[in-house]
Amino acid sequence: MRRSIIFDVTVRGVLDAALVASVFLLFAGHNRPGGGFVGGLVAGSALGLAFVSIGPGGVDDLLPVRPRLLLSIGLVLVTATVIAPMFGGNAPLDHGLWSTDLPFFGTVKIVGALPFDTGVYLIVVGMVTTVFEAIGPDVDRDEVQEP
Amino acid sequence: MSDDLLIIPMIVPLTAAALTIGFGSHRVVQRVISLLALAGSSAFAVAMLVHVDREGPLVVQAGNWPTPIGVTLVADRTAALLVAMATLVLLVSLVYAIGFGGSEREQDAFHPLYLLLTGGLCLAFLTGDLFNLFVGFEIFLMASYVLITFDGTREQVRRGSSYIVLGIVTSTLFLFALGFVYASAGTVNMADLHDKFAGLPEGVRAGLGALLFLVFGMKAAVFPLFGWLPDSYPSASTPVAAVFSGLLTKVGLYALLRTQTLIVPPGDRQVALMLAIAALTMVVGVLGAVGRTDIRGLLAFHIVSQVGYAVFGIALFSVSGIAGALFFILHQMAVKTSLFQVAGVLERRTGSTSISALSGFVRSAPYVSALFFVSAFSLAGIPPLSGFIGKLALVEAGVEQGAWVVTGVSLVVGLLTLFSMAKIWTGAFWGDPAEGVAVAPIGEVRGYGVMVGALTVIVLMGVALGLAAGPMMGLCTRAAEDLLDPAGYVRLVLG
Repeated sequence: MRRSIIFDVTVRGVLDAALVASVFLLFAGHNRPGGGFVGGLVAGSALGLAFVSIGPGGVDDLLPVRPRLLLSIGLVLVTATVIAPMFGGNAPLDHGLWSTDLPFFGTVKIVGALPFDTGVYLIVVGMVTTVFEAIGPDVDRDEVQEP
Repeated sequence: MSDDLLIIPMIVPLTAAALTIGFGSHRVVQRVISLLALAGSSAFAVAMLVHVDREGPLVVQAGNWPTPIGVTLVADRTAALLVAMATLVLLVSLVYAIGFGGSEREQDAFHPLYLLLTGGLCLAFLTGDLFNLFVGFEIFLMASYVLITFDGTREQVRRGSSYIVLGIVTSTLFLFALGFVYASAGTVNMADLHDKFAGLPEGVRAGLGALLFLVFGMKAAVFPLFGWLPDSYPSASTPVAAVFSGLLTKVGLYALLRTQTLIVPPGDRQVALMLAIAALTMVVGVLGAVGRTDIRGLLAFHIVSQVGYAVFGIALFSVSGIAGALFFILHQMAVKTSLFQVAGVLERRTGSTSISALSGFVRSAPYVSALFFVSAFSLAGIPPLSGFIGKLALVEAGVEQGAWVVTGVSLVVGLLTLFSMAKIWTGAFWGDPAEGVAVAPIGEVRGYGVMVGALTVIVLMGVALGLAAGPMMGLCTRAAEDLLDPAGYVRLVLG
């Protein structure tokens, strides 16, 4: 497979920026456009670009954990957010809004739904990487057959 | 019992699904988690049913948002009844799947998907919100898309593709219907829709009612939208086909029942149309089965035929008709699953489920044959089995309403079903053992005891349903009364 240096260099530049942007979207959610799903999609597509650049089999190098672990942790976070309020005698999925003043960041609003969104974010990223992990070896095999 | 606990049958399987994903290739850990989750959910669902029957429905407003803004979850008698039966069938079927092996043993994703299927089914039964019903459907359909093509054989992928395409088309129609409902009524909360729909122009109501009927009719496989079912189910691995045939079309029937009673009560013309569809579904299903020589293919056509009976009961739109339909759905959940599971045992012992190739299985497996006999003749409606009770209730309700033609059709179809079951019995079980078909000794079939144990339990569930016909029919009648008088439900949800 012929690799494109322009593509590789661009991906290397874009990857970090896109990942930061995805985290921004995750936190911006709730009251403004964004949220776990959108953030996850941005991160997922950035990782997708990186896999195309690194080549198949790059999933292991790029992620410190198995993709399925992301799925698992994400789904646990989601269900935990559903159940957690019930221990305080509230309805499932009940959540609140807290705001604090932090130095440098200014006023920060924290929504009780943030763990839920984080879970969704992890599920989307986990799903994308699972797909790349699954189709990776097949792509490898095709390459060998090329003259 | 706190109302909030009603989320248990959804949240426990979903949490367990998350854990089983994490445990990936540790099959034993996965099995323990899945079995514990399903045992817990079903035990709770039974307790919830008893509670709901005595004390009235449970209602949860998720996130404490006021109705009709937030998502409402409601466990009334109908929902609690179906959740209890479905989770019990899912628990026993999981034990069977573990014994059967196949994709359960080979694929890391079997347990997570099976648990997602459970969570989605329970969500569909327990939701009080039309959009959330869509979400429930999507969750279990997504899981089913993977489960039906799990072995990845050419046959499965070919037939699974049509199942997936049809599933997506139906879901898209469902989404359109939701859009129209929201555009015309400004809400998707089912209790709120009950009030808002009453004020809509007749034409809009009829149109939306027809669209919802179309969507759920496709999911339930009624005539003429049933083609996907007998095509795809027999190709799935047997434990999966057993669960699908027992439960998936029944969610479509439940959604049909719920929307027809709560949101758009059918007028005279709609009732006539539904009765005609019910009759055609029964007849076409049973006639399709006559031409099949593979046990699983034959049973798949019978699913369609039996769906016709349930639609018949719903279309009668009387307490006795809907009670009969509910009882019939419960009977189907146990009996249909058990018949497919017998086919799985045949498959493991002889490597075939073809009626023409097999013969005399009763010699090598008298016990399993007896179990098949009980379930098959329950399906055909022989007293005192549960199928007889269900059909009797439906026929009585039909006579009560003066729906002579459809009632007559249902009796004839019952006879043809008996013929069909007798065909399997004489073909595969009775007679001298077939030459050229090697029957593996029990000791050589891995997990045989587990499979037969699970099969026994599910057959006994069907028998128990017949023996406890009095109390169960009473419960179904109370559930039907609630459905036909939705004022209580609406008041409870809207507060």
